[in-house]
Amino acid sequence: MSDELLTDKTVEELRELMARYPEPRSALLPMLHLVQSAQGRVTTEAINKCAELLEITPAEVSGVATFYTMYKRNPMGKHHVGVCTNTLCAVMGGDEIYETLCDRLGVGNDETTEDGMITLERVECNAACDFAPVMMVNWEFFDNQTPESAAEVTDKLRAGEKVVSTRGAEITSWREAERVIGGFEDGLADQGPSAGPASLVGLEIAEEQGWKAPAVPGAKAPVKETDGD
Amino acid sequence: MTDTLTPVLSANWNQERSWTLKAYEAGGGYQALRTALTMEPDALISLVKDEGLRGRGGAGFPTGMKWSFIPQDNPKPKYLVVNADEAEPGTCKDIPLMMASPHTLVEGIIISCRAIRAEKAFVYIRGEVLHVIRRLRAAVREAYEAGHLGQNIHGSGQNLDLVIHAGAGAYICGEETALLDSLEGRRGQPRLRPPFPAVEGLYASPTVVNNVESIASVPSIISGGTGWFSSMGTDKSKGYTLFSLSGHVAKPGQYEAPLGITLRELLELGGGMREGSELKFWTPGGSSTPLLTAEHLDVPLDYESVGAVGSMLGTKAIQVFDQTTSVVRAVLRWTEFYKHESCGKCTPCREGTWWMTQTLTRMNAGQGQEGDIELLLDLCDNLLGRSFCALGDGATSPVMSAIKYFRDEFEACLTTPTAELFPPSKSTLFAKEVAR
Amino acid sequence: MSADVSASPAVADAQGEPPVELITLTIDDVSVSVPKGTLVIRATELLGVEVPRFCDHPLLKPVGACRQCMVEVPDAGNGRPMPKPQASCTLEAAPGMVVRTQVTSEMADKAQKGQLEFLLANHPLDCPTCDKGGECPLQNQSLSHGEAESRFVETKRLFPKPLNLSAQILLDRERCVLCQRCTRFSDEIAGDRFIGLLERGAKQQIGIAEGEPFGSYFSGNTIQICPVGALTSADYRFRSRPFDLVSSPSIAEHDSCGSAIRIDHRRGKVMRRLAGDDPQVNEEWISDKDRFAFYWPTQSDRLTTPLVRNNETGELEPTSWPAALAYAARGLAGAKNPAVLTGGRLTLEDAYAYSKFARIALGTNNIDFRTRTSAKEENEFLAAHVAGTPVDVTFAGLEKASTVVVVGLDVEDEAPVLFLRLRKAARKGVKIIVIASHETRGSHKMNAELITVEPGTEVEAIENLNLDAASVILAGERLATVAGGLSAVVAKAEESSVRFAWVPRRAGDRSALDAGCLSNVLPGGRPSTRAEARADVAAAWGVDSLPADAGLDTEGIIAAASSKQVDALVVGGVEIADLPDPVAARAALDAVGFLVSLEVRESEVTERADVVLPVAPPVEKAGTFVNWEGRHRGFDAVLGSPNVIPDLRVLAGIAEELGLPIGVRTVQQAAAEIAELGVWDGKRPAFRARKAGKVTAKAGTVALDTWRTMVDDGLGQRGADDYLATARDFVVKASAATLEAHGLSDGAQATVTGPAGSITATAEAVAMADGVVWLPQNSAGKRLNEVLGAATADRVRLTGGEA
Ligand SMILES: Cc1cc2nc3c(=O)[nH]c(=O)nc-3n(C[C@H](O)[C@H](O)[C@H](O)COP(=O)(O)O)c2cc1C
Ligand code: SF4
Ligand code: FES
Repeated sequence: MSDELLTDKTVEELRELMARYPEPRSALLPMLHLVQSAQGRVTTEAINKCAELLEITPAEVSGVATFYTMYKRNPMGKHHVGVCTNTLCAVMGGDEIYETLCDRLGVGNDETTEDGMITLERVECNAACDFAPVMMVNWEFFDNQTPESAAEVTDKLRAGEKVVSTRGAEITSWREAERVIGGFEDGLADQGPSAGPASLVGLEIAEEQGWKAPAVPGAKAPVKETDGD
Repeated sequence: MTDTLTPVLSANWNQERSWTLKAYEAGGGYQALRTALTMEPDALISLVKDEGLRGRGGAGFPTGMKWSFIPQDNPKPKYLVVNADEAEPGTCKDIPLMMASPHTLVEGIIISCRAIRAEKAFVYIRGEVLHVIRRLRAAVREAYEAGHLGQNIHGSGQNLDLVIHAGAGAYICGEETALLDSLEGRRGQPRLRPPFPAVEGLYASPTVVNNVESIASVPSIISGGTGWFSSMGTDKSKGYTLFSLSGHVAKPGQYEAPLGITLRELLELGGGMREGSELKFWTPGGSSTPLLTAEHLDVPLDYESVGAVGSMLGTKAIQVFDQTTSVVRAVLRWTEFYKHESCGKCTPCREGTWWMTQTLTRMNAGQGQEGDIELLLDLCDNLLGRSFCALGDGATSPVMSAIKYFRDEFEACLTTPTAELFPPSKSTLFAKEVAR
Repeated sequence: MSADVSASPAVADAQGEPPVELITLTIDDVSVSVPKGTLVIRATELLGVEVPRFCDHPLLKPVGACRQCMVEVPDAGNGRPMPKPQASCTLEAAPGMVVRTQVTSEMADKAQKGQLEFLLANHPLDCPTCDKGGECPLQNQSLSHGEAESRFVETKRLFPKPLNLSAQILLDRERCVLCQRCTRFSDEIAGDRFIGLLERGAKQQIGIAEGEPFGSYFSGNTIQICPVGALTSADYRFRSRPFDLVSSPSIAEHDSCGSAIRIDHRRGKVMRRLAGDDPQVNEEWISDKDRFAFYWPTQSDRLTTPLVRNNETGELEPTSWPAALAYAARGLAGAKNPAVLTGGRLTLEDAYAYSKFARIALGTNNIDFRTRTSAKEENEFLAAHVAGTPVDVTFAGLEKASTVVVVGLDVEDEAPVLFLRLRKAARKGVKIIVIASHETRGSHKMNAELITVEPGTEVEAIENLNLDAASVILAGERLATVAGGLSAVVAKAEESSVRFAWVPRRAGDRSALDAGCLSNVLPGGRPSTRAEARADVAAAWGVDSLPADAGLDTEGIIAAASSKQVDALVVGGVEIADLPDPVAARAALDAVGFLVSLEVRESEVTERADVVLPVAPPVEKAGTFVNWEGRHRGFDAVLGSPNVIPDLRVLAGIAEELGLPIGVRTVQQAAAEIAELGVWDGKRPAFRARKAGKVTAKAGTVALDTWRTMVDDGLGQRGADDYLATARDFVVKASAATLEAHGLSDGAQATVTGPAGSITATAEAVAMADGVVWLPQNSAGKRLNEVLGAATADRVRLTGGEA
């Protein structure tokens, strides 16, 4: 597969990322996200371009690009589907979901469907254990999945139908997601709920019971202003 | 007596569009900032120190004390870096917090930066949480627009720039020095200490690294004033915190309560275990904290009490497993995680997790050999306390504690695959029946 | 048990420095005092305890990666034990600390064994076929400390093998223990971050970026410091076993640094060369040239027997030594105005023999070692300020300077080990200022402040320097081609009372100068222009007088030979093509009445000689190179056979035949004479400052800048094919503006045209003075002096496309 070349606009945006930091090299992780969004993977061209912009060697950029699992050297599908198979999710059904998807999509870990629509990956704990088992589509949450629900999501994705995260926005694409992760807003922050149901269980019990943190005693901040030590 | 649950951080999570500046301010948000801007930095540090806030990232180090280590006579810029890498298996509190109420964190950051006299702050958030990143970026934009961030904040003379920085998939980047290397655009491998980040952190400048929940707790401590935060919790583990309950329980989720609550109490609030389930083992604070069992249901969940029973409070990530779960399978999966996430820098972690994964894989398949258990324990002995950073130590926790409590299950691996003894389908959320 | 050990060497080292604060700790029940800041692993060395280690290297920053060096610390110095074993390579010794190594601690022993077992789990254990077998710390460790049987029964990690990091360096990843010594060396010492860690965790490995090989001038050092056999050299791989090799210390012959090396040989054949450990000079590093370019004396063009030209056939014919020496003497005896050209590759002893031979046997001051553009200004400068002067500016001293100015020299290309030292100094905070036409990779890596000049206009830059007394100026030999350049250095040094040093390019240059292979210099820096100096040397040599003529320099000798005013020439170690005008030089050699050539290999001189006398290369003789510091770097013969003799023995033979013996038949005799003669303590000759030359830009032309890159077509590198394949690309460098002004851009084909012809190569835009182009002097089969007929500061034309 031949890659699109990096455009001047992307290079401009790479520079924009560099300008956000006291030392430009700090922008390398965001820059690699951005080039993935531009080219669908981390290409050798992108590695060399980042190296040139940051005045470091391609070997240094390669060292970074291969350290982090979110960076992909092989061409990606339109959507990235990650099934959490870390212990808790695996036990709660993640393993079955993953196997179901492997069968249904005809791919294994880090492989892309023939139609180029989905790249499947086993992912590690994604900080949503109270929603186990969890699936991520383009790094959006799909909580409390079953093999059936997961299959339905991937079917819709492949058919190009509208899919909405259970705790997030309408699914765009992996490349568009990478652009946001890299540092550019896409205007979708206001979609989706404040929190999923599990996040609210404690709060709801407290509200039912009328439990609260202690009231703040008296006036605000009764602290002497200059008694530093 | 404080109430059993004390929602503070989570109090607004069910509010309409709680993530917006408007909703946050309507609920009293950014009032603490106004108060803080009238206070001297050292007074802020003293208050946080005196109220006894301990870091919520796992180690429980006193936050105010960490701030006071920043050498103010050092002419270099000071930095605050918020650790939002949340990737310790079981840990799932910072992400919902930032999704539902990113402004709580932003407000905490501004106050904390005033305390340590930093004019630049970063949130290092794991990359795999797109929507949370969106909400954080939007919140920062709103905060700039409202004058909470930027130059001369509300005429106080304080300046602050805040950058949301997404990682790219590496658990080790939660370790604070690896995080700093990663934030400098390098491979996320831990640094030698000393020098400690407080002296030479980001760009070799004085740097505070704090967990999301730690920083998000700061506004309430300022608003609460002397004696409020410390009125909750235990003698040495003060305040409220988020307990994350997951696994085979009836109501997994976030429970915000004073430190010192027990698992029994938490379970009772949420209706106990799921139907047909019996508690078999649990982690008090993520997979790096040694497993506990039903005999520990009444251990107060504070730093000291959990330590006293041979584990750690960690991130208060309580993963609960019932009798359908093979402990060997669970331990194998955790060990695979550590192997996958080992940064590769030091020998014992890189090779030890790799080796143990192979041994456990064999055992899980019922092909255990005489001496495997001793081998595993000895490999742990050669890893624990020998690795460069705490990731390697953490990798030994599940193995050693599981063998301690469930040795017979490991012995059974000489003959029987775990899947035979513990059919995985019975453990799932969607299992038709839970076997007894 | 108790004894006291104190780190006297470390303390004495710091002579003249503020006293070092000592702290005392206890290691294995022995009390030891070490300077504050010492790492525990270094402290254990003082006791002779060998704590095993892989990642630790005394010249690299500690990383604590391999975890092999674990010790127990029952008392951290505060009365409290450290609960876990500690990596001694990252632990600073503290007063009152108690340390137990594997010798007295079970905990330490167990921790060490545990790490070793981890390292061996994935190791292929292929010692019998591994280059490192027999000298491998991992192998030694396993034999002395390891368990006989591995508890690891699973499958080992496999990598397709081996990986070419460059044409020269190969990597077997499964042998690698990931100590990062190679990457840390490349980063911290060489500044060449072309190799790095890739991937993560158990998949972590050393590697390069796609399409960018490990193109470092210092890459070979990584092979040497690799504690296992993961890094190997393409030409040494599988060729021999360490225990079959004989190791001899020596001094490298490729530049004026005088680096200590170790030559490993077997049955009369050099198998490999390694860096020697000399903290004063090269520390533990050498350039790839010094390491890999050792095949030149064994090429097929090596001369083995004396040759004499048959006047009837015109062919050179083998003959016996006595016949050849007699023939040479006969030819020289009749000469009215003979001369000597020596080149820059001689040892001090050989150079001394040439110097003495010229004065006594030939009765002339017509002698010069410079085979490059030179000037009277340089003759006077060398006589007044360099020849026979004691060691003053040193490698180590550079680290203590406030500022080091480099002019007329690209340190990385022309004195690589000096570059490493300057980079080290720069990393310690020494300011490096480079006066050059453009920023090179070397100056970039030294973080140097660049003063950009058009070649030939360095004088103004030197004059404008603002230096304090702790500064040092390093003047490369190329500064001699800039009129007023050396004068400006001398003036600046006097004005700001800073020190300076002259850095020649070749290993024998300073030896030749100190021995008097220059018309105006006699051995020991005595000026041949002063009667009392001549009388001094004449007395020592037992002759009535020495020639008092002014003598000719190289260009003068060539010109005079062409016009037959010089009628006989003795040439030793000169490559004609090196001379500024090779065409004229060839004509001169063709014209000269009688030509004696002392050479190791066939050359353009031997082709034209009347008598050819084969001499020994450094590896086959003893001798001394005087490095740029003025430090004497003596070495013994490593290989040798009775048929191979040094230059001085040949010259002594001819002199005897002439009846004018020079009395130095052996290296020892020469060395003793040199020592006895000592250096000139009389008045040094005057140095007359010259004015800066005028640089006139001709419209439509650009100024040429050039020097030799480290890896180039130099004859001393012949045969080292893998090494030669690492040469940097042949490019034409110019500023973007200059390229644009000539209708070119970065990456375009550019043609540079001089009086003799043109060269086409890819243009590379660099930050450079406008109106200047740079090309390597002698790379890719193109010698600028021959092909362009132009030298530094000459005007050339720059055009697009092919010529
Ligand atoms: C392997 C490893 C992973 C860690 N991951 C996190 C993390 O995701 N988030 C976090 O806040 N702290 C994490 N920590 C702890 C941090 O190193 C550090 O102690 C913490 O961020 C300090 O913040 P606190 O004082 O507010 O708790 C991790 C530590 C280790 C060793
Ligand atoms: S324990 Fe060692 S290999 Fe593991 S993450 Fe820490 S430094 Fe890296
Ligand atoms: S030698 Fe100390 S950790 Fe490697």
